[in-house]
Amino acid sequence: MSSLIAADEAQALLKAMIAGNLPDARGRFGPFGGRYIPETLVPAFERLEQGVAEHLHAEDFQAEFRKELREWVGRPTALTHAPRLSERWGADVWLKREDLAHTGAHKINNAIGQALLAKRLGAKRIIAETGAGQHGVATAAACARVGLPCTVYMGAVDIVRQAPNVDRMRRLGADVVAVESGDKTLRAAIDEALRAWVTDPEGIYYILGSAVGAHPYPYLVRELQSVIGVEARQQMLDQAGGLPDVAFACVGGGSNAIGLFYPMLADDVELIGVEAGGTGDGLGQNAATLATGTPGILQGSYTIILQDDDGQVQETHSISAGLDYSGVGPEHALLQATGRVKYISAKDDEALDALQELCATEGILTALETAHAYAAARDWAQENPGKRILIGNSGRGDKDMPILTQHSVEAGKHAG
Amino acid sequence: MQASERITAAISAANNGGRTAVIPFITAGYPEPEDFIATLRDVASAGDVVELGIPFSDPMADGMTIQRSSYIALQKGVSLKWIFDELEQAGDIGAPLVMMSYLNPLLAFGYEALAARALATGVCAFIVPDLPFEESEELRAALEAKGLGLIQLVTPATPDERMKTLCDASRGFVYAVTITGITGGGAGLPKGLAAYLDKVVAISSLPVCAGFGIRGAEDVADVGKHAAGVIIGSALVEVIENGDSASAFLNSLFAS
Repeated sequence: MSSLIAADEAQALLKAMIAGNLPDARGRFGPFGGRYIPETLVPAFERLEQGVAEHLHAEDFQAEFRKELREWVGRPTALTHAPRLSERWGADVWLKREDLAHTGAHKINNAIGQALLAKRLGAKRIIAETGAGQHGVATAAACARVGLPCTVYMGAVDIVRQAPNVDRMRRLGADVVAVESGDKTLRAAIDEALRAWVTDPEGIYYILGSAVGAHPYPYLVRELQSVIGVEARQQMLDQAGGLPDVAFACVGGGSNAIGLFYPMLADDVELIGVEAGGTGDGLGQNAATLATGTPGILQGSYTIILQDDDGQVQETHSISAGLDYSGVGPEHALLQATGRVKYISAKDDEALDALQELCATEGILTALETAHAYAAARDWAQENPGKRILIGNSGRGDKDMPILTQHSVEAGKHAG
Repeated sequence: MQASERITAAISAANNGGRTAVIPFITAGYPEPEDFIATLRDVASAGDVVELGIPFSDPMADGMTIQRSSYIALQKGVSLKWIFDELEQAGDIGAPLVMMSYLNPLLAFGYEALAARALATGVCAFIVPDLPFEESEELRAALEAKGLGLIQLVTPATPDERMKTLCDASRGFVYAVTITGITGGGAGLPKGLAAYLDKVVAISSLPVCAGFGIRGAEDVADVGKHAAGVIIGSALVEVIENGDSASAFLNSLFAS
């Protein structure tokens, strides 16, 4: 994809990104991003953009946000050394433990931040989409916390494979709506949430869960998730004695990855995003958007998407609902085009194997999404012995038990 | 006359004949691709302008009926290239055409090629529901170079100042969305519709046509008092998927 941007322009864009100047005034990360939305939503997006500009970096909002992160979410999350995994891999492995955040994943950072913003903007009710259910659970919890009613749209396929999270959302007071249209996974859930928003653009606030969609969402979500990378960077200096040689994060829409990577863009740290390689390289067999996709417009943003020659968005496959998405955040599209971040993929069975290895060596049941990052990191460690590796442990795997019970523990037995 | 002006002329001709212009919408190639041109000719015989829906995988501004028709048409292999090929073979179908498409299929086709093929097949203008004015410069330039139009939508949520910008930028007609919602609404037309339509008409120098949720003769009569034309979408698609006559349904809208 580097051919999309000339080399000198790529360097200028990377500099602008590091200086905090992207997105630009039109919501662009270089050629990517923008705002492709129905006319009915234009005033709502303009209000949101103004609201973000007014509140997000205001002292009182930041004070309230930091207090909630500290006292309700439980931040800072730990940085954990992984000595047994390190020994097996021949590396020095450190884990940024977003699984220890309230509700079990990084999603809560964004959900509580946007819920606080929605409150300030006078929203009457909240809607959200969810794939794996982690964003849905986080949003349901955040809405209960700030006292706003919440509706979560979730693909019918995902409702089956992430059943424990559906019950959690309902318990937390959310109305969970099964989406039967389109591919019945995350993409259809976002389409349905947008349709719901169109019916009441003044009363509804849409808490989008990843760094995707029309401006200002990719920017807003990055800003709220950057706490991951800011903390991890300092913790590496304090606990590991220096920055990592490389950092890995899984990428679906890319919110945990942008949160971990963005504060390290200026550092001498190799950054690697790991997408879902599914069962193979064919169209429809994976969700490796950046590895195999082409530029196009999906759900409000010009980015890299999985599409056919006619511009029809393709269905994806991944064992992990949270990575099972045909698009990716526009900032990742630019980070790939500039060469600053490398994006690779890990297959379903490699992720399952890595998940089991982590369970057996460090006593951590990680999410299937996160397991993709471990699978890629293990391969990298074999080729680059003796390096210091940071892995964004974006969520916990309890929600995946219905899937894991269908796969024998034998898959990762060599890890024992 | 430029292609986009043919649309304005067709609407004005209906109005000059004492009638509200009718713009039927069909999803191209639904329910059966082999019936596409026959269905198109049938609706063109009862409409002044025909709106042709290009199926898309993610129709985020559409309700269940158009989502379903779009999904099935795609499964049966309908594509923008196929639609142009069919239109080219068919020749004149009896009414100027407007294409309704989400942006990505147009982007994949290429804007220059799109404008050239549209001009050659009787397509006079485009409606792109996920392309707000601010992002529209590139497509608009490619279309206007060939005399084709980009029709702008306005909605009840559109502020007055923006409405002026959109009306000035539109070609062919101004599409006034009647409801704050998606296509196929069945809950009746909203209160305050007359005042809203009157406002759009006062701002626009082009004919104003109203769409979304217009389902029967009563709706057409009500809206026709304020707008130059009506767009009949989901209600017509339902008639066609039931195997009933599209033109008979469209003619029944003026039965009173």
